[in-house]
Amino acid sequence: MTLGNNSLSPPPSPPAALLKGEGRLSPNPFAPSAIENRKKIKETIARCVLGAITFLLILPVAAIFGYLLIKAWPALGFSFLLENPRDNMTAGGVWAPLVGTFCLVLISLLLAAPVGVLAGVYLNEYARDNWATRAVNLAVMNLAGVPSIVHGLFGVGAFVLFAGMGKSMLAASCTLAVMTLPVIITSTREALGSVPMAFREACWNMGATRWQTIRTIVLPNSLSGILTGVILQVSRAAGETAPILFTGVVFSARVRDYGLHESCMALSYHLFTLATQVPGVSDQVEYGTAVVLVGLVLAVNAASIALRSRLRSRKKW
Amino acid sequence: MCVFVQARRLHHKKITMNVHVRFENVTVTYGPKTALADVSLDIPEKRILAVIGPANSGKTTLLRCINRTIDFISTAKVRGRVLIAGKKGTGLIGRNGPEAGTDAQRGSSHQLDLSPFSPGEDIFQIRNVYELRRKVGMVFPLPVGLPLSVYENVAYGPRRAGLHRRQELDPLVEKCLRQAMLWDEVKDRLDMLGTKLSGGQQQRLTLARALSLRPEILCLDEFSIAIDPVTTMRIEDILRELKNQMTIVLVTNLVQQARRLADYTAFFSAGRLIEADETETIFTKPKNRLTERYVTGDFG
Repeated sequence: MTLGNNSLSPPPSPPAALLKGEGRLSPNPFAPSAIENRKKIKETIARCVLGAITFLLILPVAAIFGYLLIKAWPALGFSFLLENPRDNMTAGGVWAPLVGTFCLVLISLLLAAPVGVLAGVYLNEYARDNWATRAVNLAVMNLAGVPSIVHGLFGVGAFVLFAGMGKSMLAASCTLAVMTLPVIITSTREALGSVPMAFREACWNMGATRWQTIRTIVLPNSLSGILTGVILQVSRAAGETAPILFTGVVFSARVRDYGLHESCMALSYHLFTLATQVPGVSDQVEYGTAVVLVGLVLAVNAASIALRSRLRSRKKW
Repeated sequence: MCVFVQARRLHHKKITMNVHVRFENVTVTYGPKTALADVSLDIPEKRILAVIGPANSGKTTLLRCINRTIDFISTAKVRGRVLIAGKKGTGLIGRNGPEAGTDAQRGSSHQLDLSPFSPGEDIFQIRNVYELRRKVGMVFPLPVGLPLSVYENVAYGPRRAGLHRRQELDPLVEKCLRQAMLWDEVKDRLDMLGTKLSGGQQQRLTLARALSLRPEILCLDEFSIAIDPVTTMRIEDILRELKNQMTIVLVTNLVQQARRLADYTAFFSAGRLIEADETETIFTKPKNRLTERYVTGDFG
């Protein structure tokens, strides 16, 4: 049995048939037809457009950082980081604000991380689906949406005045902790949720208690996700001005006076006052402070991304 | 030692069958859905009982009642009694290691609750449910290797029960892996991650984990559906050997597997126990028309 119309007419020569893209009569059954070609073009267009949009995202970050760097270039250097501001903040470095930001963030982390992680563990592993749990979930979601200035006002009322901490590092750190708590809880729950239920059931069926299962299987395998979430909140806490505005930062303070019950300086607030309230500040000092702040945030975020990708590559299942 | 004793005549031999677990009018509902309806069943000691039936007939629910993992399902309500016969004096992991334990080795350095069950205890009234779960081993349909090394996988149960000494854990791990016919394949790579084994190996690892606590009852829930036939055959050989040491309850969709392995078979359908008898009787002279239709492959 012959295939095609060979006995009636000569078959078309291969190049022409391939160019025409006729399926059945061409010698190459896998040659693309007209429809295939149109599909390919549309696929390529879609890929290029989506890829271009994605890579455009780099532009704002590059523009901001580039602009800041250019303006701040003369002032940057290790001495900028290590010197204290002087001449009524018009010259000098950012040492005191840097130490202030570091302390604020550290203390708020020490307050928020344990509470947030343990709350996330309870909500994911123990809580039953009843009205109380739903109320807690609603509260966490709403807390995440509160504007940062409202956090600041709450901090004044609750920590500075009611708890009697006064305007201090402790009050500011507590306010920052309350601000970062909901996201830590959510990212902990997500990290715990990524551990398959089958592991827990296998442990329960062997007579392990819930806490033994969490301690030995669930927590060690979700630690990477939890850490990533916590570190991201560090960068957020470092950059916020409003929560610490009324609760703990001052325009000028000396590092050797820093203490839990004393107020301190902070990078974000320092930048704000330099830009708005101090006359005669040279551009490079202002932009230098901004570079340090943005650089700190970018560095912490990069560290969390690096940690996450490193721990993802060591996936155990 | 055992509460319920019945004597049966089979082929002119007097066979004594002790009952290990007794379901008395057990009804289990998940909200509006009934999973088990008024089930009364005796599970004989040191025999293999196969539980067969079409889908949604309550077979898995039956197993969950035995080791009380049904407690984890918030919508589940259990009515009726499930009684378990206990042996006095078999401590699980005593001070002198797993081989000892004929006397009550209590008050040892680890805080284990070694209180044995008194005969005829209601499972749902037992206070130390973790001890119950150690006495009932469970194998799931999908192989589950914990994300620990193979050694730590098998040692997980004993460690949670308080046994940490390497000179006791090492022989225990080896013995369980040998019993599960996995020792030769993993003996040189005991620190390999359990999740990296093949499916059949992981299922045997699950079996080794279940055996590591020296259970009295071994429950298997469709253990062969996700593994290859060769491993299935090997596990079936293991079960035949284990029959002498523990009671085995085998839930299976493969009717022929029940015929090969089981001494007794119980046929469930839509949550009701239709018929439970010796395997030969179920397959050759079933008393119920539905049973006959199922074992001949008419449905399910």
